[in-house]
Amino acid sequence: MGSLKLLPALMLVGASSLAAQSPTFGLGRTPAAEEVLAWDISISPTGEELPEGSGTAIDGALVYRRSCARCHGGEGTDGDAPRLVKSDRGSAENPWAYGRVLPIRSPYATTVWDYINRGMPLNREGSLSPDQVYAITALLLYWNDLVEEDEVMDRESLPLVAMPNVDTWAPLPDWQPNSPRLPGYPY
Amino acid sequence: MGSEQPDRRAFLKKGAALAGGLTLGAAEPAILKTSASGQAVEPQSQEAQSQEFHDYSDPEFVAYGQRSPYVNSVRQAVNGRPSPDEFGLVFHIGTPLQDQMGAITPSALHYFGTTRGSIVPHIDPAEHRLMIHGMVDRELIFTMDELKRFPSVTRLHFIECAGNRSSSRHRTIIESHGMTSCAEWTGVLLSTLLEEAGVQDGGDWIIAEGIEEVKGTSSLPTAKAMEDIIVAYAMNGEPLRPQQGFPLRIVVPGFEGILSVKWLRRIKVVDQFYMTYNDYGHLRQDPADAALSYRIGPKSVITSPSGGQQLPGSGFYEVRGLAWSGSGAVSRVEVSTDGGDSWFDADLRGTPQRMAHTAFSFNWTWDGSETVLLSRTIDEIGQIQPTREEVAEYWGRPGVRGQDNSIQPWRIESDGSVHNGIA
Repeated sequence: MGSLKLLPALMLVGASSLAAQSPTFGLGRTPAAEEVLAWDISISPTGEELPEGSGTAIDGALVYRRSCARCHGGEGTDGDAPRLVKSDRGSAENPWAYGRVLPIRSPYATTVWDYINRGMPLNREGSLSPDQVYAITALLLYWNDLVEEDEVMDRESLPLVAMPNVDTWAPLPDWQPNSPRLPGYPY
Repeated sequence: MGSEQPDRRAFLKKGAALAGGLTLGAAEPAILKTSASGQAVEPQSQEAQSQEFHDYSDPEFVAYGQRSPYVNSVRQAVNGRPSPDEFGLVFHIGTPLQDQMGAITPSALHYFGTTRGSIVPHIDPAEHRLMIHGMVDRELIFTMDELKRFPSVTRLHFIECAGNRSSSRHRTIIESHGMTSCAEWTGVLLSTLLEEAGVQDGGDWIIAEGIEEVKGTSSLPTAKAMEDIIVAYAMNGEPLRPQQGFPLRIVVPGFEGILSVKWLRRIKVVDQFYMTYNDYGHLRQDPADAALSYRIGPKSVITSPSGGQQLPGSGFYEVRGLAWSGSGAVSRVEVSTDGGDSWFDADLRGTPQRMAHTAFSFNWTWDGSETVLLSRTIDEIGQIQPTREEVAEYWGRPGVRGQDNSIQPWRIESDGSVHNGIA
């Protein structure tokens, strides 16, 4: 009797796990490996999507003059586009006060590479080669005293650059349906 | 014969003018009427205007309707930065909430914001694709036609920019609240597509990416994707507008607006928060601040009367407004017309939808003396919209932390002018 009662429940479990394993609607196709590779440009903090290539701040100075200086200024501090060098107000004890400057505020150097690669230069996005992106990234990290001028940035070294804000940012809350925004907060 | 043929357009004009004249004649005898205040007023002549005709020979008149030339409500650039800036870019464009009737924002007036400026991609939907890949059993790529074949949902949701903050500098509601809008979105649930692909164990995050110039990308919890994120291809009964992500976007109900990625081309299931450029731009230092910034709180605002408007005199007014919450449906809205000394329930229009604007109204007779109008929302999980003072008191420091859901005061002066009541 007990086993008979269990039977429908077991059937349900079987049905739902089956549904989770096989497609229901059969729409769409499997992308080719090259298609995935071409679009897979988001770089994780651990850097697994980073491509081959490399560059140093010395290489970056040349690329920067040609592709970046017109908007960001010769030293990364005096253009119409956002500042690229940390503010004097910050310190090792209070790195947040270096300001909202991507190559110092970002908790991971991979974000700097990712943004230059996907979004720069304005109106010529996607025109930089991986070597050029590594080189500009190296230059910006050098200007912010995070790497040496001749330090090679590549897919191995870039994710290891110690960024000062790696532990200062607040992780996002664990989201649950119908939960308050902040437990204990009445508003 | 040809000369006898009456011009069809002229005929229509005359006929309509005659009909208008008859109607007018029957309803309003042409005598001077007296208004409630005792002044003689001219009878309104509708006859003259009824002879003004649209050009029916214009194919555009038949093809896609336009609003009256007398209706001139427009959006405007908001949020305090030069617009366009040095690079010709416009960042945030606000909705004229003061003119909105009901909960739905017309598509052409929906607020508009982008990662770094007003570069709207031109996308041929026949060429557009959505790829789902990463930690899934089956990587998939869809055409727009394929996406439209999936079971769909149609839901009302607001989208609000996390930067939609009121301040004493703002004179009008478009400046203080214009970066929230509400539309009826149609599309396929992201959960449907993710179940089709089969999310693998540990795939706790997704990244959603657009195809515009900067390929704006945000990280989102897979749990939210499985709950209610819509991969939307339509709004308010027609395909998305280009500024709203044509041909495809996600709508992330209740979360800060930048997460509702537009011009969507890719969803990747991953095992960690990716710290994309958009994620980085919204980082906070304090976990409480981060939690409050992530989702939109219980919020409301009186849209009429609101800052910059002018009441013609004492007497009856319907106070109108909008209420919403990022945590569910609005359960109640209260209005005060005496600066917060007394509060009364407002009337809600229709059944409040989850994570959607709800229109409310309150009947009010103004006695002509200076006062302050306020509104506050209580949502379905009991969160209460606070005053700015309550927020400051809770945190023990001035200012509104997290996303700003504080009560907006509108001060009515005795001359009927309406002003921002934030000190």
